[in-house]
Amino acid sequence: MSDITLDFHPASKAEAPAAPAPGYWKSVGQRILRDKVTMAVTLVLIAILFITIGAPLVTHYDPYYGSVLGRLKPIGTVGHWLGTDETGRDLWTRLCYGGRLSLLAAILPVTISLIVGGFLGILAGYAGGFLGTIIMRTMDVFYAFPSILLAIAICGMLGNGLSNSIIALAVVFIPPMVRVSETVTAQARNLDFVEAARASGTTTLQVIRYHVLANVLGPIMVYATSLISVSIILSAGLSFLGLGVTPPQAEWGLMLNSLRQAIYVQPYVAALPGLMIFLTSMCFNLMSDGFRSAMDVRLNK
Amino acid sequence: MSATPTHRPRAQDSRDRGGPAQPLLMVENLTKHFPVRGGLLNRQVATVQAVDDISFSVQKGETLGIVGESGCGKSTTARLLMRLMEPDSGSIVFDGDQVGDRHGISVSEMRRQMQMVFQDSYTSLNPRMTMAESIAYAPRMHGLGRKDAYDRAESLLSRVGLTPHQYSRRYPHELSGGQRQRVNIARALALEPRLVILDEAVAALDKSVEAQVLNLLSDLKESLNLTYLFISHDLNVVEYMSDRVMVMYLGRVVEAGPVESIYRHPRHPYTRALFASKPTLDPDRRTTEMPLTGDPPNPINPPSGCRFRTRCAFAQPRCAETVPILTAPFEGDSDPAHVVACHIPAAQAVQHV
Repeated sequence: MSDITLDFHPASKAEAPAAPAPGYWKSVGQRILRDKVTMAVTLVLIAILFITIGAPLVTHYDPYYGSVLGRLKPIGTVGHWLGTDETGRDLWTRLCYGGRLSLLAAILPVTISLIVGGFLGILAGYAGGFLGTIIMRTMDVFYAFPSILLAIAICGMLGNGLSNSIIALAVVFIPPMVRVSETVTAQARNLDFVEAARASGTTTLQVIRYHVLANVLGPIMVYATSLISVSIILSAGLSFLGLGVTPPQAEWGLMLNSLRQAIYVQPYVAALPGLMIFLTSMCFNLMSDGFRSAMDVRLNK
Repeated sequence: MSATPTHRPRAQDSRDRGGPAQPLLMVENLTKHFPVRGGLLNRQVATVQAVDDISFSVQKGETLGIVGESGCGKSTTARLLMRLMEPDSGSIVFDGDQVGDRHGISVSEMRRQMQMVFQDSYTSLNPRMTMAESIAYAPRMHGLGRKDAYDRAESLLSRVGLTPHQYSRRYPHELSGGQRQRVNIARALALEPRLVILDEAVAALDKSVEAQVLNLLSDLKESLNLTYLFISHDLNVVEYMSDRVMVMYLGRVVEAGPVESIYRHPRHPYTRALFASKPTLDPDRRTTEMPLTGDPPNPINPPSGCRFRTRCAFAQPRCAETVPILTAPFEGDSDPAHVVACHIPAAQAVQHV
């Protein structure tokens, strides 16, 4: 309809293809990159991941090698910059290696509960009715127990050990996960575009896959991230009580327990595993807050 | 475009099984009551009679308008027809085939031939999908290849007046309300339906955009041989779009008939009160009818007999006793297709306007 020479006419500007605006996830990414707090805590978390996973790169000590003469050295000792623990093992090394188990024992239960709880919650929220009621009332039974008590009870039943503490925490986290995913799914289900998709004669699985999942996974993932911070504290708590990781393995909660006796001798050294737990938990919490506010922004703003 | 019925001879559609005389849609005794639960054990304490025993049919190629106040069951009717809700009772016959019946057509097959446009253009589009994805979704799920589905989406976009290369990759929040509603129309057409339910499809648009979309709908109906079920509370829009009109009050049909007959000689006291409230710029068409006062009664506990009797100036004892059925009006000669549910002849006096 327009001659090629017309392309240089200013009026043809209106007809030029408008660059498609960035998609939703791209704009969420941009908002996260602009959020200084979230970027800072994400960097701290990456640093923590690096020193735990890459522990042999940042320390040359053996986490199990102790020395009777070098027990409970203070922070700043030459050769042991964070001091040593009650059997003379280098604390920096123990913290690095200990993070592996701490993070594993914290993230794995959340992942399990994300898969199981997310599935049950989306099922309950989309199906509603009788099935939804059964799933939700069953979850309410678990809600009746305080989470740490439930975890201790399950660990007590299964016996101690890393895998049992992971199972116990997964069971503790499934009910809140189900509840959150049920709520967001039930909301999404009543939106007109889901009804329109149902009205187009496509199957329930297709409607869930293309229309419900994309709109509920975001909030569910944010909630899972915030659960990690709780999970770190709970799993450290189980180890502290002797229900999780067994000595001599390094784990922050367990280290906190064994350094407890040294609290009058080397209070700063004894506090270090607790500081790591606090730092990691807080970072996950702030990161999930940042994700939530980045995703919460109304799309049309 | 004109308001006159356009029963043109239709191009032969391979899906047209019943022939031109067979109504495209026949609804009989459709009923939907919602339980209201409460109390200690979540028992059913009351029932909302959202749609109560309504029957109507839609001829091929016509536009049936459904008017009524908010809460009269218009949208529930649309959702029942699409089977987004299960009706309590009643039958739906699509082109001679009972929907959901073993010998009829399945719900999913019916949904391919019957599509719906929702009122809210924003919430009826998936915010995570581009326009082309939204339109191509249903054809793809029904087995059309990815490339073909997107080609169809683009041709539909241009059909509804949106340049494909400009809009196909946009997200819902980047479009205006009118543009989004055009996309919704395109999506409804993606499965090449024969009947399109327009549930307040233009109500949320401003007047100039509304007119454009109405014209678009008329054009599409003409070129694609569509049949419309046009639900609206806007009497002027319904008059402009419809061949026949059905007036609903509290979940029941109170009057139905050809658009000119109903708009010129409304018979039911409710219809007349409704039209009296219609703003008009034509001094010759001003009525002296009393406007309606008050709200419709609570549908949880609707009045016995005629549901309009509590607000009707002509109400008599028998209105509380028996439910009026749709019959030809008592007074005056009118189109035989014009039916009204009212016991009282005096209430139906012809008004020469």
